[in-house]
This record gives sequence, C-alpha cells and structure tokens, in this order.
Amino acid sequence: MTGRWRSPDPMHLVFSFLGGVVLLFILAPLVGMAFHTPVADLADTAADPEMRRSILLTLWTSLAGTLLLAVCAIPFAYLLARLTFPLKRLILAVVDLPIVIPHTAAGIALLGVLSRDSLIGGVADRAGIPFVGGAPGIMVAMAFVSVPFLVNAARDGFSAVPERYEKAARSLGASPLRVFLTISMPLAWRSILSGLVLMWARGLSEFGAVVMVAYHPMITPVLIYERFGAWGLRYARPASVLFVGVCLLIFLVARLLARDRLDAER
Amino acid sequence: MLSVRNIAKTIGPFALREVSFDVDTGDYFVLLGVSGVGKSVLMEILAGVTPAARGSIFLDGVDITRAPMQHRNMAAVFQDPALFPHMTVARNIAYGLHGRNLSRREITERVRRLAVEAGADHLLTRYPGTLSGGEAQRVAMARCLAVEPRCLLLDEPLVALDGEARAAMRSLLRKVKRKGLTVIHVTHDYEEAISLASHVGILEAGRMVQVGSPRQVFQDPKTPFVARFTGFRNCFAGRLTKDAGHGKAVFVTQSVTFVITTEDTAGTGHVVLRGQDVSLSRTEPPHGTNALPGTVVDLIPAPEGDEVIVDTGVEISALLPHGRAGSPKLVPGDRVWVAFAPAAARFIKD
Repeated sequence: MTGRWRSPDPMHLVFSFLGGVVLLFILAPLVGMAFHTPVADLADTAADPEMRRSILLTLWTSLAGTLLLAVCAIPFAYLLARLTFPLKRLILAVVDLPIVIPHTAAGIALLGVLSRDSLIGGVADRAGIPFVGGAPGIMVAMAFVSVPFLVNAARDGFSAVPERYEKAARSLGASPLRVFLTISMPLAWRSILSGLVLMWARGLSEFGAVVMVAYHPMITPVLIYERFGAWGLRYARPASVLFVGVCLLIFLVARLLARDRLDAER
Repeated sequence: MLSVRNIAKTIGPFALREVSFDVDTGDYFVLLGVSGVGKSVLMEILAGVTPAARGSIFLDGVDITRAPMQHRNMAAVFQDPALFPHMTVARNIAYGLHGRNLSRREITERVRRLAVEAGADHLLTRYPGTLSGGEAQRVAMARCLAVEPRCLLLDEPLVALDGEARAAMRSLLRKVKRKGLTVIHVTHDYEEAISLASHVGILEAGRMVQVGSPRQVFQDPKTPFVARFTGFRNCFAGRLTKDAGHGKAVFVTQSVTFVITTEDTAGTGHVVLRGQDVSLSRTEPPHGTNALPGTVVDLIPAPEGDEVIVDTGVEISALLPHGRAGSPKLVPGDRVWVAFAPAAARFIKD
C-alpha cells in the first residue's frame, strides 16, 4: 500500500479529492452544528430532566428491542449462513426490506398490527402492554427498522466459521445445538456483537417509524423534532449535539469491537 | 463389525459405485486409492457428513445409514485437524467428554492420559493457532480417542506432515492399532498402508476392486491398477495363448513373447512384473527363458536403487539395487539383456 503513495497516480489524486468531498459532506454539517452550539446551552440541555428522560428512554428501548429480537435473529442468521433452500434469495430480500422502505410507511404498517383495533394490539392492550403511545411500541418500531443490520452481520460471521469445525464437533458426539452454542456462536461472536451494536445504534436514531407508533413518550429524535417545530433551530441544536455525541460514542464502541475481528481461522 | 453394503454416491467428479466391504472389530483397515477416486467421499458417508445415494452401513449389526453423525460413535480425523481455535488443547481434547456423566476430575485425568499418549502433554494450555501441523494432528487424534469411538475414521492423516512429524504420527497410529480399536484409514500411499494395515481395500474408479491382507494384495494383485499401485513397475497388455507345459503358458504382448507360470486359461489380460524380479546383463544369460536383448533408454534413480528402462520391443523396467557387486555401469544406448523367471510374472485375466 505504501508504495502507491511514492509516485501518486493522477487518477488517485482526483479520487482522493472526490473522497475528500464525501468526507466534508458528512462532517461539515455535524461540525458546524457543534460549533454553533454554545457550551452553556449544551450544559443546560444536559441538565434538562425531560432531555435526560428522553435519552434514557431512547437508549433502553432500542437496547431492549435489540436483545429481544436477537433471540430470534441470531439463530435465523445461522440458518441463512448454513443452509441453501428454495427461495433463499427472496428471504434475504425480505430481511433487507426494512432498510429500503420509507420508515414512516413502516410506522403506518406497524400501526395496523399494533393498534388497539387490531388483534395483536387489542390482546396486548388488555394484558397491560400498550403498544401505541408506549415504550413497547417504540421498541417494536426501532427493532423493525434495525433488525436487518443484526441478521446480516451475524450471517456474515457464521459464514466465516469453517464448517469443518462444526463437523468435527458433531463427530465427537455433540448435538447440533451444542455445536451451535459452543463452536459456531463463539467463533462468530465478534460479528454478532458488532451486529448487535449496529442494530442498537440504528434503533437509537429512528424517527419515522417511531413517531407514527408513539409520539409520546418522546424519544430523543422526536424531542429534537418537537423542539425545532415549537421553538426553532436554536433550541433544537443543543439537544441534537448532545444526542449525536451519545450516538457517536456507541458507534465508536462498535468500530472498536469490529476492529481486530477474531479471525475464525486464526 | 462395520459392514458397508453397495454404497453409491456421485459428487461432481467423484463417483462411488456399489462399494461393499467389511471391517472386523479391532481391525486396522486401510482404504487405498489414488487422488480423486472418491476415498474422502466414502469417508464422509461413513462419518455421516454426507448422505449416501444408495446402500447401507451397519455397525455391530445396527443400521446407521441414516443415523445423525453425533449418534454414530465414529470419531473422524481429517487431513485438516480442525482443532477449535477458541479453545486450549486441553479443552479441545475434553470437548467430546462433556455430557457423558464424567466428573471434572475424571475428565481432567482422561485428557492428561490421552495427551501423554499422543505426545501432547506439554501443549495442554496452548491454543491451536500456536501448534505445528504434526502437533495439531496428534491433538486431533487425542480428541477423537477421548470419546472412545467404536470406530475411528482417518482421512489422510499423514498427508500434510513431513519427516519427523510424520514418523511421530505414524508411531501414534501404531499405538492405536495395538489398542485394538477399529480403524478405517484412507490414504493414497501404499507404503503407509503396508506399515499400518491389518487389511487393505483398494478403490479403483469408484469401486472396491480388491480386499485382503497387505501381503495378499501386494503379492497377488487382482487388477493391473492394483499391480501398478502396489509397485509392479511392469504391466503388459496382451493375450495368453498356448500351454507351454509344466503349468507354463505363452503370453504375447505386441511383438514380444514371454513364458509365464499360470493356471489361468487362454485369453486376453495383463502380465505384471516387479522391477526387482528383472535381471540385467551385458551378455546373453545362460538360461534362455524370457531373456530378451534390448537397448537402455533411461535410468531413473530411486531410493532403493536405479530403475533401468530397457526397450526390447516393449519397454521393461528393471531395478538395479545400490551397491550390487558386479552391477554394470550403464548409460542410455547400451545394449543389454533382460531376463526374468516365469514364476516372477503374474497374469491378470481381463
């Protein structure tokens, strides 16, 4: 790699410039927003109980949604990595569906299943689990839009585990479940973990689907939107900076985990 | 006893056609065949990794053809030791022992005992990534022996090893043989087979063409392929014609005629002959049977001597052992006589 930089190719120079434009495109608004926010405002916002409640709510609903769905998503990802079956490509496309559909539309679709008039929503409401306008609904909306990240990362992780380890374990008398828990999962663990963090982070930043299902209690993206609508840019900005900081921290952890990914081959 | 009946399977270029054989309990059975003959596919079918298209497998009378691999009690060591990279050597060896109603102490003791046996007791705390190929293969053996399988499957366990590692692994395999464990060992190396097998089965083009003790198979090959594979350097296609009396017959290949000892009736077939059974001289030998004049066309150094190829109308390979007194110094182009006794040649009828 270093050799390439000794005599820069004109094409590489142009491509580097274009890359710089992309980086600027991503960073300029964020850095600009941070610079436009007085520290005093940031401190006030951080001390605001409503803001704190909202950040906490956002963090735990996304985390809970992630962990609850992981119970199904991780075994599902294993199947997708190991088996070939008819319509597999269709199923893979279905998994990616939440990424491509407009999230407000996803919210509307979820409302159809979760509202009190629907079968599931009605039963849940009578059991004291209010989906619409409640934390469970927020969890579902967040998980809906973010679960493809976990399934895909875990599937990649399982695919990277050579099958010969699983076969060796089976020939030593281990059941398929034991092989999954003691061989496949530990060897794919880094990918699964990075998928979990990605799903969590993606859930945190969801607005469209959540706002359809539960405007209240307010998760931070909704709170930012509300502050902007009611009071304008100046009041929305500190909340945004604070929340972006939280998201970045989580993203940083995710990158650190993904780095040094344990090579199953070692 | 393991009975394999009419196993058939086609995977890409590998086709097994109605393979049948029996392996007695405590037998060390070596399955010999060239690369690509389907040995590994057969091994995978026995281990339960791949289902057979047709046929059955019985272990001690129980049909295990469709049994899941974890219920077969047949541990397998493949070319690649496949040690679990996230576990220490000790945990690798202990892997199959969990869930067998053994106390932690019993597990630790058994792991240590097997590690000592496999010469891996100094490696117990190491991770597989830090082991050499030979060490890893010995640990893989210990891991299989730990579960006390009814049958141990070995797929070319020596092929990736060289020199000392190979010798150490071979000595471990002989130890396993002495224990009386039933072993099926797949290889393409007939010397490996001679050194370990109590019985040998030879796979040719997806079929089991010969099964027997190493002595039977190597001395009395049933097909030209088996003959070539087991070190018969000369193989001539031709026709056995008239009886030459005293149990001898005349065999004609191309324009050359041999007299051989055989009970077989006339017909087409092959005559096979070992290089070490062919003698070479500068002058015509006094006993005229199968003495043929020819020209040296090539000299190939081999570990046991020099292989001399002589064109007598057909090319005949003779093995000149190193240091034989009076052996002629030959160069290509030399005129020589080759000769062999009628009893040294074997006729294999088509």
